[in-house]
Amino acid sequence: MSFVAEIFASIALVISGIFGFVGSYGLVKLKNTLQRLHAPTKATTLGVGGVLIASMIFFYANTGQISVHELLITLFLFVTAPIAANFIAKTYMVRNLRQEDLPESTGDFGWSIYDDPPSPGAAPMEHLK
Amino acid sequence: MIEYALLFAAGCYGVALLLDLWRVAIGPDAADRILALDTMVINMIALLVLYGIWRGTATYFEAAMLIAMVGFVSTVAYCRFLLRGDIIE
Repeated sequence: MSFVAEIFASIALVISGIFGFVGSYGLVKLKNTLQRLHAPTKATTLGVGGVLIASMIFFYANTGQISVHELLITLFLFVTAPIAANFIAKTYMVRNLRQEDLPESTGDFGWSIYDDPPSPGAAPMEHLK
Repeated sequence: MIEYALLFAAGCYGVALLLDLWRVAIGPDAADRILALDTMVINMIALLVLYGIWRGTATYFEAAMLIAMVGFVSTVAYCRFLLRGDIIE
């Protein structure tokens, strides 16, 4: 393994370690639940991303082949992280906030967590006709 | 040199896991606990890939991928259960 590749992999590893720690430190340190939702995104993107970049550099320098497993993991995490964050925020809303305290949502269906789900036969696609 | 970087990153993620565990313990809301468990899954993925680099094998990527999928599904299932009282309606 060449010296340059080792330096780049080490830099990526150190950066990712720092960001992973900062994400969890923010999770403990911040005061509000919706503020705490912000901190672990650093661990998701820069933390895991740094580890995976270091792993790509390492395996490319060792074997000479580019491995795409890391890209798969990164892609999966980037796709799923916003969905999970949205679900967690809605869980917080439904358990701690009342609908009267919230501003109007500008969508057709309101905040969608305080109502019953639409029943199967009740003109579901009215606005499309 | 990369050994020291690996040890440093693994130490950071170990401390991060302890902080997540602390947040799981003190709560105060269920959303906090779900968020902390989700973060623990992310940190475990990073630790698994670090271990794969340490051992020099590519075997652990599949494990990391599986843990990522299971972590996402469990986060969504837990939130769904708290939101609607049911996971699949």
